[in-house]
Amino acid sequence: MIQCKTSKEIGGMGHSMRRKEDARFIQGKGQYVDDIKLPEMLYMDIVRSPFAYAKITNINIEKAMALPGVLAVITGKDLEQYNLHWMPTLMSDTQMVLPVDTVMYQSQEVAAVIATERYIAADAVELVEVEYEPMQPVMDPYKAMEADAPVLRIDKEGKTDNHIWHWEAGDKEATDRIFDDAEVKVKEQMHIPRIHVASIETCGCVANYDKVNNHLTMYMTTQAPHAIRTVIALVAGHVGLTEEKVRVISPDIGGGFGGKVPVYPGYVIAIAASFLIGKPVKWIEDRSENLQADSFARDYHITAEMAGTKDGKILATRFKLLCDHGYTDAAANPSKFPTGLFSICTGSYDYGHSYAEADAVYTNKPPGGVAYRCSFRVTEAVHAIERITDCYAQEINKDPAQLRFDNFINKDQFPYKSALGWEYDSGDYHQGLQKAMEVVGYDDLRKEQAEKRARGELMGIGISTFTEIVGAGPSREFDILGIKMFDSAEIRVHPTGKAIARFGTKSQGQGHETTYAQIVAEELGIPAEHIQVEEGDTDTAPYGLGTYASRSTPTAGAAAAIASRKLREKAKKIAAYLLEVSEEDLEWEPGKFFVKGAPDKAKTIQEIVFAAYTNHPQGMEAGFEATHYYDPPNLTFPSGAYICVVDIDKETGEVKVRRFVAIDDCGHIINPMIVQGQVHGGLTQGLAPALYEELIYDEEGNILNGTFMDYLVPTAVESPSWETGHTVTPSPHHPIGAKGVGESPTVGAPPAIVNAVVDALSHLGVTHMEIPITAPKVWKILKEKGAL
Amino acid sequence: MIPSEFEYCRAGSVEEALDLLAQKGPDAKILAGGHSLLPAMKLRLNSPGAVIDISGIGELSYIKEEGSHLVIGACTTHGDIAKSTLLSEKIPMIVEAAAEIGDVQVRNKGTIGGSLAHADPAADWPASLLAGEAEIVLASSSGERTVAAVDFFQGLFTTDLGENELITEIRLPIPDAYTKSTYVKFEQPASRFAIVGCAASITRSNGSCDKVRVAFTGVSSTPFRDQAVEQALEGQAPSDDNIEAAAEKAAMSVEVMGDHFASQEYRKHLAKVYARRALQAVLS
Repeated sequence: MIQCKTSKEIGGMGHSMRRKEDARFIQGKGQYVDDIKLPEMLYMDIVRSPFAYAKITNINIEKAMALPGVLAVITGKDLEQYNLHWMPTLMSDTQMVLPVDTVMYQSQEVAAVIATERYIAADAVELVEVEYEPMQPVMDPYKAMEADAPVLRIDKEGKTDNHIWHWEAGDKEATDRIFDDAEVKVKEQMHIPRIHVASIETCGCVANYDKVNNHLTMYMTTQAPHAIRTVIALVAGHVGLTEEKVRVISPDIGGGFGGKVPVYPGYVIAIAASFLIGKPVKWIEDRSENLQADSFARDYHITAEMAGTKDGKILATRFKLLCDHGYTDAAANPSKFPTGLFSICTGSYDYGHSYAEADAVYTNKPPGGVAYRCSFRVTEAVHAIERITDCYAQEINKDPAQLRFDNFINKDQFPYKSALGWEYDSGDYHQGLQKAMEVVGYDDLRKEQAEKRARGELMGIGISTFTEIVGAGPSREFDILGIKMFDSAEIRVHPTGKAIARFGTKSQGQGHETTYAQIVAEELGIPAEHIQVEEGDTDTAPYGLGTYASRSTPTAGAAAAIASRKLREKAKKIAAYLLEVSEEDLEWEPGKFFVKGAPDKAKTIQEIVFAAYTNHPQGMEAGFEATHYYDPPNLTFPSGAYICVVDIDKETGEVKVRRFVAIDDCGHIINPMIVQGQVHGGLTQGLAPALYEELIYDEEGNILNGTFMDYLVPTAVESPSWETGHTVTPSPHHPIGAKGVGESPTVGAPPAIVNAVVDALSHLGVTHMEIPITAPKVWKILKEKGAL
Repeated sequence: MIPSEFEYCRAGSVEEALDLLAQKGPDAKILAGGHSLLPAMKLRLNSPGAVIDISGIGELSYIKEEGSHLVIGACTTHGDIAKSTLLSEKIPMIVEAAAEIGDVQVRNKGTIGGSLAHADPAADWPASLLAGEAEIVLASSSGERTVAAVDFFQGLFTTDLGENELITEIRLPIPDAYTKSTYVKFEQPASRFAIVGCAASITRSNGSCDKVRVAFTGVSSTPFRDQAVEQALEGQAPSDDNIEAAAEKAAMSVEVMGDHFASQEYRKHLAKVYARRALQAVLS
């Protein structure tokens, strides 16, 4: 009898196989954009504005051009000749590539220098003389909305205010009626501060235009290479760069987190420079440029309200948002969703009514609004619902865990239609919170807290039980610039039974080379070590929308499973032919087809694949390849129950996270070790806005913490010892029952931490904390409440 | 993050460094561990015409006992100081201050002399050197002079160090066996510089505090010895009440700094808290 290796032995699903890509990463052999060196390559550096809002009256490039090694200084007026000085954003707004006459935020690109050496380019930047006439910037989004606020986007014909768009969801009247009649109403104003993804690798590219063949190869740090190629072709098609003449290669990426989805001016200028000069042009941002000028994340001002009964039944929620987008809406949301998937704000609770509305506004800040490790504004939504839920519990003096148990959607209510219209696929919220409470020892902690309070010590316990929405998305609703948000897999199995699998997504550290191989291994019985996964090259990989919003496993992972199943169907036909039985007589077990009742009559997948090339049935196509473009029927709805315990130093206001228990449910797990790693990283990025991160601007528009000397990105040093675990509620509509996971911890952690801090101070009458919760802020509140 | 062009000179000895300094003039900068100078150069906040690298001068890296003093070579790294058992036994606050600086990488490269010459108002070293009544030895081609720490720090990034001078040594009087010291710090989370750093050194006899030295860094634009706190405790018994009363006097005589992270009021409050914590630690 043919014995096949077990799922574990071949690296199938559910096993903590070591990451295949790590062999090169831990030996320093990764190939990042900055590792690319081409013959005759030139270097670009960028002159940036010291002012947040100013007229450019003159740019003198003479001294810079006189520096030996400088080939060009490109200004907005130069690009204007080719109509390349403005570009569209993914949200159909417009963004300057280089300004012709006005700068709109501090550190905005003003001119670009092209030189033979990186150092010469930096020196030449200093020599470009720009004359500015500074104007008073508009920094406060509320002031920007006032009737007499100066209109910032005068480039838009007929624009008379700073309002960008209005959005709303839900039944306003019905919701208002519930609020009018409700026994209990709570309201909370919160700001989800402007932060930055701050990936270890900054953004950059090498644009290589080949004049002879009229062909552009663009090596760049992009999470969505295929979409970028299409955008380049749409923008530059009129100068001859049609889509088949453009190849985008996204090599290894050192972290993306949504910040490498947008098209930045630097990319476009590099392309223009290479196109005009005919040589490769490299542009790599430095750390400060990355932090000061690249897309920000968050910056939502939220008023959340909850209505309920006095014994703790949630009846309705209301949300009002003011969305500060900087000088242009350069978010990277699906086209029909200006606020992303904020409407997941109804949370994990069963109630009938909700209404949410948002207004977006221009200010003199950098553009962006990217989905920082978050499926399009889900972080903001989860923060709002999890904070207001705690406010409600506090108002009626009910334990926040009990209040959640009393309001959770029951597991038998799925698929569940939320008040704002989403169909939650599956979940078991009671089980998750129960497990988190057991792990953390909730009842004992409450006793400890009571004792400490009696002694005047400050300790708090905070809960967040969130529902995520990831895997965008079904093509009927989800597109970016009109391109539907499917994703793809193409599997080619070679005659000896080894495979190459290519995907439309792009790993930035998520471990796709391992997890996709594991899915194919499980479905086809080919060991994962013999499945080479490739992504990121538009000349070879099938078209896809890329990796962000925790969409890779829900979309491309599903495509991998279905493409594998197509191959298994073909394998069955070949096996039947080889074994001279009918297909109905065959049974599959990973790695082989065998004849029912006669297990020793079998063909392994390797034998079958070999036959596909050497002895295939007449009338059947030779070869062993399959492609699938997966259009998800729905999104997936991962969930989690997080509990945070904090201790506060009363004298200094310092908050110390003593414990943090995270129980995640992402359905079937492909690689538990990778999931755990993702959760650890995500929790640390959730700790960041709760306690540390915020980009701060003064009234003149100067960034006050534009370097890592002032802007703390937390690391292992700041992190508590994360305690992780999971429950498994498979997605019923996903081919392997998986849901996304990478973003759950970033989304779920901040409100748990804030709830813990507010809980620690609640007996003093504190109901609110602005994030990031720094020591000085806590001290100020303690002082105000007379607790010192 | 690319500095402008500069000449790089490597000195093999103190003498050679001083010659180079005299030769290159005021446009030259001394490079030791590079943890203050290089970031400033990369941000083009400082663009020296020449950099004189003294990191290879082995004769400037030492910690030793010399008569009544412990002496530390200017090129000794924070990391080496943090690991010194000699210093740990005789003047623990020096070791504690070294261990609080930056992170492991900074401590392994950054040097005590470099930090002092840079004189960042939030650097860790000044507090414990002031409390320890340290002297700083400055060399130039015309000779050597010794300056008390209290005279060395003159203001924001300003010291008594002349353009043609090099810090060569830090000298600390060895306290008697009845002296205890400590350094405590509240740090800026991102930079890890001190928002408040407090060093305290107290000599006790017959149940009272004979000599009290308390100094702060991070609080004001110049590090300072806080004589109000010292005097409040000198001659007193080390009781909780006396400690509290002395700590309450912290930072009364100086202009306290404030920034977007920590306001003036908050820093002032922390100065009292950390004065008390330092005094408690020493007297416990």
